[in-house]
Amino acid sequence: MADLVSHKDEVKVISKRFGQGAANIDRYVELGGYAALRKALAMSADDIINEVKASNLRGRGGAGFPTGMKWSFVPKQAPKPKYVLCNGDESEPGTCKDRLILEHDPHTVIEGVVVAGLSVGAKIGYIYIRGEYRYLSVIMQKAIADAYAKGYLGKNILGSGIDFDVFWHGGAGAYEVGEESALMESLEGKRGIPRIRPPFPAVVGLFGGPTIINNVETLAAVPHIINNGGQWYAELGTPKNGGTRLFCLSGHINKPGVFELPMGYNLLKMINDVGGGVWNSRKLKAVTPGGSSCPVITADECDVPMDFDSLMKIGSMLGSGGVVVLDDQTCMVKYAQRIMRFYQHESCGWCIPCREGTDWLKKSLDRFHAGAGIRKDIDNIQYLSENMLGRTFCPLGDAAALPTISIVKKYRDEFEAHLEGRPCPFEPEGAVQQLPVLAGAH
Amino acid sequence: MLKHYPVKRSVLVPSLLYAQDEVGYLSEEVIAEMAKRCELTELEVRNVISYYSMLTTKPRGKYNVQVCTNICCMLRGADDIYRHVSKQLGIGHKQTTADGKFSLESVECIGACSWAPAMQVNYDFHENLTPEKIDKILEEYAAKAK
Repeated sequence: MADLVSHKDEVKVISKRFGQGAANIDRYVELGGYAALRKALAMSADDIINEVKASNLRGRGGAGFPTGMKWSFVPKQAPKPKYVLCNGDESEPGTCKDRLILEHDPHTVIEGVVVAGLSVGAKIGYIYIRGEYRYLSVIMQKAIADAYAKGYLGKNILGSGIDFDVFWHGGAGAYEVGEESALMESLEGKRGIPRIRPPFPAVVGLFGGPTIINNVETLAAVPHIINNGGQWYAELGTPKNGGTRLFCLSGHINKPGVFELPMGYNLLKMINDVGGGVWNSRKLKAVTPGGSSCPVITADECDVPMDFDSLMKIGSMLGSGGVVVLDDQTCMVKYAQRIMRFYQHESCGWCIPCREGTDWLKKSLDRFHAGAGIRKDIDNIQYLSENMLGRTFCPLGDAAALPTISIVKKYRDEFEAHLEGRPCPFEPEGAVQQLPVLAGAH
Repeated sequence: MLKHYPVKRSVLVPSLLYAQDEVGYLSEEVIAEMAKRCELTELEVRNVISYYSMLTTKPRGKYNVQVCTNICCMLRGADDIYRHVSKQLGIGHKQTTADGKFSLESVECIGACSWAPAMQVNYDFHENLTPEKIDKILEEYAAKAK
């Protein structure tokens, strides 16, 4: 479906089977597939966890939590069954990498789920795929059936005496379900409303049992780590940031696409070299480095290694790998407005700071971009956002607040340029840029 | 599917979507049937339906055109793309054409950021859109709908 691209600086680990027909199980095995499962079956649970710890693999869903450590939180003895839950509810604006993994290499995800299960003593894994990705559910359904037929799943897998079941599960359109506790609620057949923590999912998760929840890309990295060793994977990246990452380049760039680059790859180089530079010979203005929820960074801040810690140092986040490039003709007020409109739409309304915060922020930003903003709105937008931070059940409130705060702080002059009824300086022909349907719909 | 889960209601969300694909929308009958199968009240089923953006209790066109207008698509001209589709179909957000062939929606990120601007018609992705490409796509669906 989606076009594949490539660049000489790529280090293909997760993407090495893309475009090679690996959705077919025989082809997958021919390309070295399910070797990690064989190897893991001969390892102890602690050895698997230690290998993953040594790899410095960190959660690819956005939070960057060390995967091996997450697995080690699962209690050895538990009164209820344990589960592995693979999060394929990819819906962070800017992110389109899990789609490629699920399309081109579904068996790696299955293999990753089983290996994760072996490390904690789970017997069941679920692969949750967002509802819009129906064609990927079809691919996954076949992959799972083939894996059962060949003895990689089911009773006594590969003669090991261990039983393991994997099922796929479809969503029906909800960004918030990508949050781990909402994901479990959704899989239990409910509204995707987040749960309070503690208890954390590793202790009380899906159906009340201890649960490992990992992103598709995280689990897809696991078989490679088992095959080649944690040390090998760690050395591909930077200290504490092991391996490679699928970066989704989008926005005002000449060559958008999903590229697999080592952790710590320079962002400016990624834009100018890998992505072919900013389009239409324009200048770079800003970048959203890891999906819409990350604070925006200015062109001057872009000379930075793309790893979790380096981006944290400059006040942003590596997030989910969605690199959105903005050129110098972009109105930052409009950008902030569109981001907020998204979060307002996706807020579940369960907790008040997020429900009210995103709604009032959307109203303020809509009005501001339409030329009806007043000076105190600028501080008010920042104040409202800062008061949402850390005060919501799930990180959706933070996700809405962080980019907004960064845009107000770094591009205050653009907000001021919209004041006193002046039309948007970037789109003077139409002050009201809102799609009329959206203005009426919410 | 039921035996995949320790609780019955786990099948609810995916089953609702499949039922909707069959019937076109989640009618009173579908809701009553799903409630019975999952041993829930109809209210509980409706409560779940209202949370998920793909689920609808109102009939739509045979082909539901969902134009992504989120940031990555917006930066590459999604507003114009949306207006073009709207003009060609003669309908607005969440409206259906008189002949029942098409519905239109402006939707949030569909995961096609690196191939923006993009839209989905039912479950099919259409990417790197231009007005010319859209005209061709809509023509093809119109022909199929006959």
